[in-house]
Amino acid sequence: MRKTVKPRDKRFKIAHREALIGVILVIINFVWWYGFGYGLGSEKVENYTYVFGLPAWFFYSCILGFIVMLVLVIISVKFFFKEVPFDNEEGDL
Amino acid sequence: MNWPVITPLLIFLLIIFAVGFWSNKFVIKSDSFLQEYFLGERQLGGFILAMTMVATYGSASSFIGGPGIAYTQGLGWVFLAMVQLATGYFVLMVLGKKFAIVARQYKAITLVDFLKERYKSKAVVLISAASIIIFLFSSMTAQWVGGARLVESLTGLSYTTALLIFVISVLVFVIVGGFRAVALTDAVQGVVMFAGTLILLIATIKAGGGIPKIISSLAAENPNLISPFGAAHTLTPAYVSSFWILVGVGVVGLPQITVRAMSYKNSKAMHSAIIIGTIVVGFIMLGMHLIGVFARPILPGIKVGDTVMPLLSMKVLPPYAAGIVLAAPMAAIMSTVDALLILVSSAIVKDVYLNYVKPHASDSHVKKISFGVTTIIGLIVILLALSPPDLIVWLNLFSFGGLESVFIWPVVLGLYWGKGNKYGAITSMLLGMGSYILLDRFYPNALGLHTVVLPIIISFLGFVVVSYVTHRNVINQNSKEV
Repeated sequence: MRKTVKPRDKRFKIAHREALIGVILVIINFVWWYGFGYGLGSEKVENYTYVFGLPAWFFYSCILGFIVMLVLVIISVKFFFKEVPFDNEEGDL
Repeated sequence: MNWPVITPLLIFLLIIFAVGFWSNKFVIKSDSFLQEYFLGERQLGGFILAMTMVATYGSASSFIGGPGIAYTQGLGWVFLAMVQLATGYFVLMVLGKKFAIVARQYKAITLVDFLKERYKSKAVVLISAASIIIFLFSSMTAQWVGGARLVESLTGLSYTTALLIFVISVLVFVIVGGFRAVALTDAVQGVVMFAGTLILLIATIKAGGGIPKIISSLAAENPNLISPFGAAHTLTPAYVSSFWILVGVGVVGLPQITVRAMSYKNSKAMHSAIIIGTIVVGFIMLGMHLIGVFARPILPGIKVGDTVMPLLSMKVLPPYAAGIVLAAPMAAIMSTVDALLILVSSAIVKDVYLNYVKPHASDSHVKKISFGVTTIIGLIVILLALSPPDLIVWLNLFSFGGLESVFIWPVVLGLYWGKGNKYGAITSMLLGMGSYILLDRFYPNALGLHTVVLPIIISFLGFVVVSYVTHRNVINQNSKEV
């Protein structure tokens, strides 16, 4: 079965790197979300601070976190992702 | 009948039908019926790809069930829902180019095709087709029920009539248009979902007198509502975090999502889909669940969570706008159901019938079978939906977890781990499905984590251990074959 998938295909090196970027992004996303969510949210509710009317834990974790992840995703795709052809050189179909 | 609300819904349905019939042109013209009907000839651009992923993923639970739970649990549930932001970029990045290239090399049209070529095993094909059919049937039923309840609550028709109207409208465009119709209508539906979320969020904040006021009345009612721990302080960090597997990274194992990762035209389409998908999925999940929480001070005392979203729309919006907003959950449900329908149909027609029953069927025979099977599945689901179960969201998640436990490792390790073989894949699928069903029945949420976590670990271990043990064996077999 490994004969059909040539392991030294150059496109796979690019694909593997991009998959790894996906994994790294998800780890950053998780740490950010968990850190702010439980870091600030575990306070007593009376001691909460607020940003734009929302509890600070929620604002930083969910709203700012969304924006930060979006920026990271855009940067990754624009600067680290490469365009490769999907069809085989000899022509598929 | 509430005509101002119903009119925009009817217009929406007409647009969807028009797209379905327009796609039928491609089905008729195409040289390869199977490629076109089940995969749209791999011609999806970035915007359509992003929208069809979001729309397939976002379902009755994002628009009806989810906001309902957020209403009872408070911000803690919005926090949990935001886990889904990861699906926007993770699936396409991880399956990404490798899957697109390999699927083309294998000439795979369905996920099962891919597994069949990768593992060269009849058992793998049959187990995967069976799990797709079983789990997606339960998921489709849940969606059908959600759709019918929605039509029922909006129009005042009986549940049965509502169900029939809803189902027939979906069946028509799926049967005539195939995957392309599904993807294109998903794009329309995705836009409606996005717009609906935006309109309703703004109207809700306005009706509640601004965010600070809403938050302080929530805190006055029950401080836990604005904490990450849920209204009764029951959402533990371990439990909430385990949703990263169920609705975050595990989504890589959902066949209805993975099949989309082999349908796009080129790298460019994939790149823009990642960005658009992240924006849309993040916004819809954040918006819809926040709406559920913000509804609480505006409409206190709602008992049935599923009615929060329709009642709120009617309350805070003028009738025509409510019609547009309520088209959103309808769109979400339709776009999920249509994807499941075409997928189950492809599992039966392409993966089982053409592989093992009648391998050399003519194109016109395949056409007849595909239309026929799609229709019959639709009708069976109607029968199931006629005596509907109560909590949409849990039924839906059941099929999520089951499919993920079955498919995640055969797909991911099949792509990235050369040593993985058919014995590993079969073990992993059986262990995944078996342990998920057993745990769900007898020991749900083991160790305070969502039920899905253990089966995914078990099936991973099964895959790796068995692949290692049988490694020599497979190499010997292959050399004998050559």
